[in-house]
Amino acid sequence: MPSFQLKVNGESKTVEVASDTPVLWVLRDHLNLVGTKFGCGIGQCGACTVHLDGNATRSCQLQVSQIDGKEITTIEGLSEEGAHPVQEAWTEVDVPQCGYCQAGQMMTASAFLNKNPNPSEQEIRNAMHGNICRCASYTRIRKAVAIAAEKMS
Amino acid sequence: MATTSKNTFSRRGFMKTSALASGGMLIGFNLFQSCKPTVKPPIDLSKLNYNDFNAFIRIANNGAVTIFSPNPEIGQGVKTSMPMIIAEELDVAWKDVYVAQGKLDTKNYTRQVAGGSQSIRQGWDALRQTGASAKAMLVRAAAIRWGVDASECSVSEGVITNAAGETLGYGDVVNEAATLEVPEEVVLKDPKDYKIISRDAGNVDIGKITTGQPLFGLDYKEEGMVYASVARPPAFGQKLISFNATKAIEMDGVIDVIRVGEKGRAHMNGPNKNWSAKLPDSDKVVVIAESTWQAMKAKKALEIVWEDNQPESTAQHDKILLDLLKGSDFTTMRSDGNIKKAFANADKIIERTYESPFLPHNCLEPMNFFANVTDEKVHLVGPVQTPASAAETVADMLGRNLDDIHLEMTRMGGGFGRRLYGDFVFEAAEISNLIRKPVKMVSSREDDMTTGVYRPAIKYRIAASIKDGEITGYHLKEAAINGNMYGLIPNFFPAGAIENYQVDVASYNSNITTGAWRAPYTNFLAYAEQSFFDELAEVMQKDKVQLRLDLLEKVKNTEDERIQYDPERMQNCIKMAVEKSDWGKKPDTIYQGFVNYYCHNTHVAQVADVAIEKGVAVVKKITCVVDCGIVINPLGAINQIEGGILDGIGHSMYGDFNFDNGKPLANNFDRYRLIRMNETPEIETHLIQNELSPTGLGEPTLPPVGGAIANAFAAATGNRLYKQPFSKTPELLRAPKKEIIG
Repeated sequence: MPSFQLKVNGESKTVEVASDTPVLWVLRDHLNLVGTKFGCGIGQCGACTVHLDGNATRSCQLQVSQIDGKEITTIEGLSEEGAHPVQEAWTEVDVPQCGYCQAGQMMTASAFLNKNPNPSEQEIRNAMHGNICRCASYTRIRKAVAIAAEKMS
Repeated sequence: MATTSKNTFSRRGFMKTSALASGGMLIGFNLFQSCKPTVKPPIDLSKLNYNDFNAFIRIANNGAVTIFSPNPEIGQGVKTSMPMIIAEELDVAWKDVYVAQGKLDTKNYTRQVAGGSQSIRQGWDALRQTGASAKAMLVRAAAIRWGVDASECSVSEGVITNAAGETLGYGDVVNEAATLEVPEEVVLKDPKDYKIISRDAGNVDIGKITTGQPLFGLDYKEEGMVYASVARPPAFGQKLISFNATKAIEMDGVIDVIRVGEKGRAHMNGPNKNWSAKLPDSDKVVVIAESTWQAMKAKKALEIVWEDNQPESTAQHDKILLDLLKGSDFTTMRSDGNIKKAFANADKIIERTYESPFLPHNCLEPMNFFANVTDEKVHLVGPVQTPASAAETVADMLGRNLDDIHLEMTRMGGGFGRRLYGDFVFEAAEISNLIRKPVKMVSSREDDMTTGVYRPAIKYRIAASIKDGEITGYHLKEAAINGNMYGLIPNFFPAGAIENYQVDVASYNSNITTGAWRAPYTNFLAYAEQSFFDELAEVMQKDKVQLRLDLLEKVKNTEDERIQYDPERMQNCIKMAVEKSDWGKKPDTIYQGFVNYYCHNTHVAQVADVAIEKGVAVVKKITCVVDCGIVINPLGAINQIEGGILDGIGHSMYGDFNFDNGKPLANNFDRYRLIRMNETPEIETHLIQNELSPTGLGEPTLPPVGGAIANAFAAATGNRLYKQPFSKTPELLRAPKKEIIG
C-alpha cells in the first residue's frame, strides 16, 4: 500500500492507503476528522466540501494521490475554538436543523467570502447553490453568510 | 393565569426522586406513562436506567442542572425545546442548564419516538409538572430549614428567597429536597410569567455542529471496528440466487464477503414481526473491510445472480391506480348524508384527478448503524427514530433477551420518516452476529436511494356537487400503492362542513417498500384538496377566501366529536394570512395562491406570491401563518416552519421517482433533484399568539404549500396543475403568450 504525506489543518500526516482513495474517506476513516461529511459520493451535494489551498473542493471527488504538496483545511481546522466569522454567524443565526450538511455549507461560505468579502444577495445565492441542505435551512444559510461577510469586513 | 395542577401523574408515580450518592438530587420521570410503584431512580449516575424512567433531571450540589432529554433528535429541535419546558417550571436560568441526549432501554415506555410532530404535544403536561414538582420540593426544603412557610418563599433563576430577604440556592437544599415526598399538587406558571418558554434558544448542539465534532451515527467509532457494505436486491421483488466474490475478496482491505438475511427474514415471517421491520424477502451479500471506501469499492466487484420476480414499473402503476379510481372496489372511511343523492340532484358537478409519484426520503446522512454482538450483550449505536422497536426486533431476530440489547441514539442527519424503519439496525446486528466483530454498516447514496422505504405513489379523484350556489356533496377517492390513508384523515376539513361527504380508499399491493414520509398521508392530499377548492371557488364564482371561511363557519358548534380541526382557529389563521400577505392588493405583476390546512394538530394558512420571469412562473414569496398554541422556542419553530415550506415546494416542484423493471430510475442527486438555494423564495412567518397547549411543527407547514404554489401558478398562467412534480410539465408553468409579448 503506497504511503502519502498530507498537510491537513496545518499538520503533517502520513497515511497508507490505495492511491485512488477519496480524500473524504482518508479524513474520516484514517485521520479521524469526521466533521467532513459523506452525502452522495459524486460531488453533487457539497457535504464533503473542504479547502484545497483555500479553494472550496469536493473531497469525495479528490483522490489522495492528487493532493501532494497541497494544503487541506477541514471544518475542524477552519479556526481555533470555532471563532471563524462564518462559525460565529452560523451560531448567531442558529442555522442548523439536523446539522449534517452544515460543515460543507460553512466551508463553501468561508472560501467564497475570502474571495468576495462584500457579496450581493444574488452572489450569495449563486455561491451556495451547490450545497444541498435536505432540511432546507436555506433562508438562514443566506442570512448567516451575509452576517459573516459583515463580520469579516 | 397560573394554574394549580392536580399532579395526577404523581399518584400514578410518574415521577420519583432520589438523593445521589455523589451529592445532589436525581429525578426520574416518565413522560408518557406512569412508573411501576416499586422502582426508584438510582443513586449512582452511571446506573441511569431508562427501563423505568424515560427521562432524568440531575440537580447538583453546586446548583448545576442536567436534563437528560429522552426523545430522538432528527433536526426537529426537541433536544432543545423539551428541556426548555422543564427549565421554565423548575425556574432555573436556561444558560445554567446542560442538556444530554438520553439513552434507550426498552422495556416499559411507549413514546421515545421522533415522528408525527408529537414529542412536544404529548410531553407538555408531564414536562411542566416535573419541573414544577422539583421546584416545590426545593422550596419546601428551604422553608423547612428556615422554619417558615413555603408560601412565603419566592424563586428566581434557582435562588430561593424568604420574607426576611435571606437566600438559598437550589444546590444548598438539594440533598434535603431529595428526601421529601413528591407533592400531590403543583402550581404551574402563568404563561405571562414565562422567562424561557416563548423566548429564542439556540440549538444545544450548535458548538459541535459548527466545529465538526463527532455527533452523528456515521461519526461513531470503536476500537477494532470494521465496515460493512451491503449488496441488496437491485430490483424490488428479486431474490439472491448466488454470488462470486473471487475478485472482491482479493481487494485491498477486504476481510470477508458473507451472505446474510436469514434472521431478518425469519423475523419478518415470525409471530413477533415488528411494524417497523421492512426487510426484503431475500438474502444479501456483504463485504466486510477495514475502511468504508474499501468496503464500498469491493462491493462493486461482486458478481451476483438475482432471480427476477414480476418486476413492476411506474407505467403499470399509473394504469392500475387510475383503473382503481374508476372501479368500485373501495373501503369507505367516512360517510355523511347521501352523496349519491346530492350528486343526482346537483346543478353542476366538478371532478378532478390529482397524481403524485413515489418519493425517497434522501436524508443527507445515508442509512448506517453500528453493532457489536457478543455473548454478553448486543451494543447498537446510531441514528434511528424508533429505538424501542429496533431493540425489540433485534432481540427477536437474534433470540436474545431484551435486557441484552443496549441501544444508544446519535443525532440524526435527517429523518423525514425514513428512520422510523430500522432495517439498517437489523442488518448491522445480523452482520455483527455472524462475524462477531464491532461493525459499522454504511449505505452509499445509491444504496440509500434505491433500497428505500418510499412515500407511495397516490392518486386522488375529488368530486363536488353544487346546487343553488352551495356545495352539497364532496366525494374523495384515493388509490394508493400499499394503502395510504389512515384513521383520522377523513375527519379533517372539509368533513363536517358539507352535508353529504364521503371518503373512499383503494389500494394496490406492490412489492416496492413504502412507509411514512414527512407529514404522512397529507403531504400530497393537502395540495390536491386545496387546489380543488381553489378551482371550485372559480366555478362557483365565489371569493376564494370567503368560500373557505363560510365552510368553516358551518363547523362551529359541531357536536361531531370526530372532527379534528378547530374551525375558529383555522379562520383566525386565514384572516391573518389575508392581512399579512396583502391578499388581493398586490400589484398586477404578482399572482397569489391561497391555502389553509390542518394536520398534526396544528393550523396553517399560506399565501404564495408568483411572478413571471422570462416567460416562466416563479415562486417569489410565501406568507405563512401558524397556530401551534404556545410556541416553546420561536427561533427553532421558525426554522421548522421555513424548512417545511421549502421542503414542500422542493418536492412539489421537482420530486420525481419512477420505476422500470422493478428498479428506481434515479439513484443519486445527479438524477434526483432536490431544492437548492437559487430556487428558494422569501418566507414571511407569523405565529398566532395564544395560551393554548403547544402542538408540533416538524410537519404541518409542508403539506399545504404545494397547493399554495399550484393555485398561484394557476392565477399566473391560467393552467391548473394536476400532477406532481410540477417541473415535469414546464409548458404549464409558462405565461400565456400575450404576457410574454407584453
